[in-house]
Amino acid sequence: MSLGPTPVCIPLRTSHLICVARTPNPNRLLKSSFGNLGAEDPFTRREFPKPALLWHVLPSSPTACAEDSLPALLPPITCLSKGSGFHFPPCHILDVSGFRILLDCPLDLSALTIFYPVSPSPKMEEGEQTYDFAVNNCLDMRKRQKILKSLICAQPWYKTPNNLHLWDPSSIDLVLISSTMGMLALPFLTQTKGFSAKIYATEATTRLGQLMMEDLVLMHNEFHLFFGSDSGSPQWMSWEELELLSPALRQVALGKDGTEFGGWMPLYRSADVEDCVKKVQTLKYAEEAWYNGTLLIKAFSSGLEIGSCNWTINSPKRNIACISSSKFYSVNAMEFDYHALRGNDLILYSDFSSEGVLTNDEHDNNLSASTTYNPSTPSADNDDRILKECLLHNDESLEEREKLAFICSCVVDSVTAGGSVIITLNQLGIVLQLLEQIPVYLESSAMKVPIYVISSVAAELLAFTNIIPEWLCKERQEKLFSGEPLFSHSELMKGEKLYVFPDVHSPELLTNWQEPCIVFSPHWSLRLGPVVHLLRRWREDENSLLVLEDGLDTDMALLPFKPMAMKVLQCSFLSGTRLQKTQPLLEMLRPKEVLFPEDLREQIKFSGSHSFSVFYYAENETLGVPRSKGSVDLEIASNLATQFSWRKLDHDDVDITRLEGQLFIDHGKHQVLSGNQVSSSSRKKPLLHWGFPDVEKLLAVLSRMGVKGSVERCMSDAESGSDEIVHIHEPSKALIEVSAARTVISARDEQLASLIFEAIGTLTGGI
Amino acid sequence: MAIECLVLGAGQEVGKSCVVVTINGKRIMFDCGMHMGYDDHRRYPDFSLISKSRDFDHSLDCVIITHFHLDHVGALPYFTEVCGYNGPIYMTYPTKALAPLMLEDFRKVLVDRRGEEEQFTSLHISQCMEKVIAVDLKQTVQVDDDLQIRAYYAGHVLGAAMFYAKVGDSAMVYTGDYNMTPDRHLGAAQIDRLELDLLITESTYATTIRDSKYAREREFLKAVHECVAGGGKVLIPTFALGRAQELCILLDDYWERMNLKVPIYFSAGLTIQANMYYKILISWTSQKVKETYATRNAFDFKHVHNFDRSLINAPGPCVLFATPGMISGGFSLEVFKQWAPCEMNLITLPGYCVAGTVGHKLMSGKPTKINLDKDTQIDVRCQIHQLSFSPHTDSKGIMDLTKFLSPRNVILVHGEKPKMVSLKERIQSELRIPCYLPANCDAVHIPSTIYVKAHASNTFIRSCLNPNFRFLKRSKEDNSDQVLRNTNPTAPLQVNDERVAEGILIMEKGKKARVLHQDDLLLMLRQKKHDVQFAYCCAAQLDDLEETRNRDDAVGLSNKCSSLQLLLKELSNYFSGVNIQDLGEHLQVESFQVSVCLKDNCPYRIIDNSQKEAATVYFCCSWSAADEKLAWEIISAMERFNLIDNLPCRNSISSIN
Repeated sequence: MSLGPTPVCIPLRTSHLICVARTPNPNRLLKSSFGNLGAEDPFTRREFPKPALLWHVLPSSPTACAEDSLPALLPPITCLSKGSGFHFPPCHILDVSGFRILLDCPLDLSALTIFYPVSPSPKMEEGEQTYDFAVNNCLDMRKRQKILKSLICAQPWYKTPNNLHLWDPSSIDLVLISSTMGMLALPFLTQTKGFSAKIYATEATTRLGQLMMEDLVLMHNEFHLFFGSDSGSPQWMSWEELELLSPALRQVALGKDGTEFGGWMPLYRSADVEDCVKKVQTLKYAEEAWYNGTLLIKAFSSGLEIGSCNWTINSPKRNIACISSSKFYSVNAMEFDYHALRGNDLILYSDFSSEGVLTNDEHDNNLSASTTYNPSTPSADNDDRILKECLLHNDESLEEREKLAFICSCVVDSVTAGGSVIITLNQLGIVLQLLEQIPVYLESSAMKVPIYVISSVAAELLAFTNIIPEWLCKERQEKLFSGEPLFSHSELMKGEKLYVFPDVHSPELLTNWQEPCIVFSPHWSLRLGPVVHLLRRWREDENSLLVLEDGLDTDMALLPFKPMAMKVLQCSFLSGTRLQKTQPLLEMLRPKEVLFPEDLREQIKFSGSHSFSVFYYAENETLGVPRSKGSVDLEIASNLATQFSWRKLDHDDVDITRLEGQLFIDHGKHQVLSGNQVSSSSRKKPLLHWGFPDVEKLLAVLSRMGVKGSVERCMSDAESGSDEIVHIHEPSKALIEVSAARTVISARDEQLASLIFEAIGTLTGGI
Repeated sequence: MAIECLVLGAGQEVGKSCVVVTINGKRIMFDCGMHMGYDDHRRYPDFSLISKSRDFDHSLDCVIITHFHLDHVGALPYFTEVCGYNGPIYMTYPTKALAPLMLEDFRKVLVDRRGEEEQFTSLHISQCMEKVIAVDLKQTVQVDDDLQIRAYYAGHVLGAAMFYAKVGDSAMVYTGDYNMTPDRHLGAAQIDRLELDLLITESTYATTIRDSKYAREREFLKAVHECVAGGGKVLIPTFALGRAQELCILLDDYWERMNLKVPIYFSAGLTIQANMYYKILISWTSQKVKETYATRNAFDFKHVHNFDRSLINAPGPCVLFATPGMISGGFSLEVFKQWAPCEMNLITLPGYCVAGTVGHKLMSGKPTKINLDKDTQIDVRCQIHQLSFSPHTDSKGIMDLTKFLSPRNVILVHGEKPKMVSLKERIQSELRIPCYLPANCDAVHIPSTIYVKAHASNTFIRSCLNPNFRFLKRSKEDNSDQVLRNTNPTAPLQVNDERVAEGILIMEKGKKARVLHQDDLLLMLRQKKHDVQFAYCCAAQLDDLEETRNRDDAVGLSNKCSSLQLLLKELSNYFSGVNIQDLGEHLQVESFQVSVCLKDNCPYRIIDNSQKEAATVYFCCSWSAADEKLAWEIISAMERFNLIDNLPCRNSISSIN
């Protein structure tokens, strides 16, 4: 028998001990990044060529995040990197209820373009002497590199988000992954000593992320074979070499202000990937995950890609929604579930996809004029309806479909002219659509051209897409209900229209190979994988076509393949929410506060009528948000509540009672349940008194109880400090000292003492 | 508020599962099945009990279907299309995909073969399914602002789920059918530990305990292999989905291993198409099967072909899967008529058959003749193998689940009454949980949990969270009256914390209840705290044998500390379980403080001790009301030192204590 996670009802005083111990302390930040730190720690291992570089890093170091420096501000949020586009999502750190949460851990793979690609196998390149590296030695290549004015000829390193390495991995309690791209740098973290955070990601993201990372490791192995295993810091990272780089390359390597050099890492190994994936706790959409019994974490579909999500974090005092790039028009992936994000106090909006769109795209520019959106009708329901209409106004889907149609027709044109086509797209949803649409286009133009998918993980990836109806959009789910395969690629493979090979020199490929053909293959950076080889093969064929994704500096990307006669089609797909929908979306979600990117401030002018306050955050700055005023809700078991003995306060209509029972803190709830102890009689006595018992009245009350005594006044008696003393004679001797702040009852007779105590209780307030 | 559970079907029987539960004003229908054993109105649950006016949209908040078996979903098209329910219906993705196949299969059997008037049409089925909202496991669905539901893996058939429903503070689980042991193609049921008011569980095998399934699977394979090796035909009557695929995985795998060439057929009712659903939904199967998706999907059967009617009497061995499962009619009955008279052939029977079906007749005893109706009689000479691997949990599984969830109440459904009665006894005696077995159309009322909600002040929460435990040693006698639930009776040390009592609950007219820390209360009242304390100056005789030489100056300043030390020793002997702190100048137990009093005229020396003995020491004590009882115990003990100063006597006292 196997049943789900067990422990639940811990009286959380103990459990909270842990969080008390874990509240962020100001020294969490790594002391410095100077190169002498522990060799096993990949985040600190690299040597910095010149300490001077560090001065850029240090002033902006995130020490400010320590909670005590921001007493009135909670939770502090730091944007580590705003990323760029689909392939490199933003990365944030936020502190919620004393827990440190890392949102996404991406890798900037576009930075790979500064490296020179090597060819996987020289076999099929016999005609091209120029690029036969196996014969040439590295010196020779350096010469050529100079001619090419730049690219680094070395085993590539990989660029993690700027500033992530400045944070102590052991201080992170929780990692939330919102998309496959946001997972690629995760093995760097998980292999760090001391890293013990809980990692959450959706099931689909984890599986797809694992496949992508495995593929990356395998493709990188080609460099490994070529250059041998790397040891220590590569030569290109020395300061002298960096100085020699062209400005464009330097900018990629060091960042605009030279602060990004610390993010470069040598790639993880496949064992690291495996280990990393094991540490991920996978979730379904809308599955409740409780972290430490305090935070409720849920993932909701963002529509961006299969498995990608927006996170909600419910803490006892504040509900937070983190909106990553989300698409109202989803391609294959399950639709953007924005209803579920409603009713949160705080929204961290980190969809940067529309950044810079204005300057590039005339069309968008026009639309942004209407961005200042004004809700005109006062009624809330009506308001919602208009918002909804605005949000679901489907101009995206039409445009995206047109783009796909254009690509398909270009592909058909090329193969009709006898050329071959390489498609190196990064977005799985788009690739899956093209895989379905291109055969249709081919058929309609009566072309019989094979389609190849070449990638070490393609077979598994395609099989996987056919067994995950729960993660797909409505149209795809309908296929399940009517008993059809979710995607047609399995049929295409059976019908020998589509072939899947693990790599370019697999024997099946060599026997089946036909040109012209259409090839889907990684990697979109044009530095890794089968695409390098195929580009070299077809670059001089003017009929051939390369379909590239946006987000790549084409000049630099194509540099090693020049001169090129091949056609290049670079296409940009929507990878987030359109600017003009951002405000209606936020209006609809009704948060109290919104954290919004500073970089988009100019592009979105929030109109005055919105009901939330907006705070702007910028990269590598810690932003605090006003502490929520909400108090903790306590739940008291009704059977317990009925047993309480109530006491009316003299003035007002106020009843008060002392709590009893045991306090449990679990699943974010504070509950008082009846304990197992029978409350003792002394319990019912007031433990706290206020006011002042009048001595004369006290005597009167006592005499009604059959207790007699007399008053002795001793004004400011230095020895006892008492103001008034009542001597009791009957039924036995006793003494009552009454002063402003204190009454002392002294008697040998237990009964008498409690009788006096009771009498005092009637004259003072007490509970 | 209370929970009302109205059983419309599967009350003290198996068939037409349908339970309507009202929790805190929300009404949910769990399952909407039909009874396979009846042809008349008893086939469907009596929906009129839900709403006399038959306005189901307003009287129900949602319908939840646990799995695709007809006794759980069979009446759904009738309920939505004929009775007119239009509200939300929830089921898992596999159930939504597979239920229409089952319904259509059943409809065909009714109409085409039995020639009955149809209860619902194909159109009804598809229209009904359009209203269904598919959910994933563990996905928390907010049906409306108050009602939350969630599915958990039940392992009974593909997509079977237990459903959790929560309204306000009350929550319940309806298990549907489930299996607590993993099987060749499905995993075991899995659920979180939940705080439940009510658990409604199936009890098909309320008294049976079953051993491993593997032995029975081997038996089945052996029987089939022997039959086809002898040239016989094997008829496996099954429902279209579930068992068919499970057995097929077994056979396909066995055929592969044994290199058998005998054809395996699927009859028309169970198209190979059905396997496509299993292929797509492979992630809902067991871990082992699930992993095959990347290489060869386990539901891509290699040896399986479609069956043609002409093959019924074709020579040579074969294995045939045919519907319906209980040979109640349709194609399996047709084939049965042909194959039963031949000794070489083999018929396998499912673990459970409804009374009145041919399957049931075959199961009860070893009949040689079966009367189909008054004109038709079939000779039964073939071998009969009864499949005993039923995907229901056994009694151990039911008890395990109930114990794990520890609900406040249990309702048993979907079982046979005598067995259910004995299971009920076990649940009540072993787990001490009230248990009910309502019959059809009966309702059970149980109280629901309600919490009083209050805002808690930060001071109170903070004060509760600072660790401040009191450790109590407990002797055995204390345990007798302890409640079982939250304490471990064997723990020698009990951790106690009373700071909850520092909280004050405040009810003010027109305002939400608040909980303040007692310090907050004074601030709120703008009052100053007034300490009310007790004090007593107690005389004690410290006549100890060792101490005799010091007797004369026992009250001297120099001995102030040592007399306190002596007192500490004595008190520690008397109150072995109490933690006495020695703070140098005074001793302290909770709020009780005691120090040596050197004053000649202490105001708290209430009892005059005129004949002052040399060995008398005065101890000034003070305490607050909270520790009154303890204080008086200590004082009377201290005074006893005065009276009894020889050792044997004191020992006798302490032994009494």
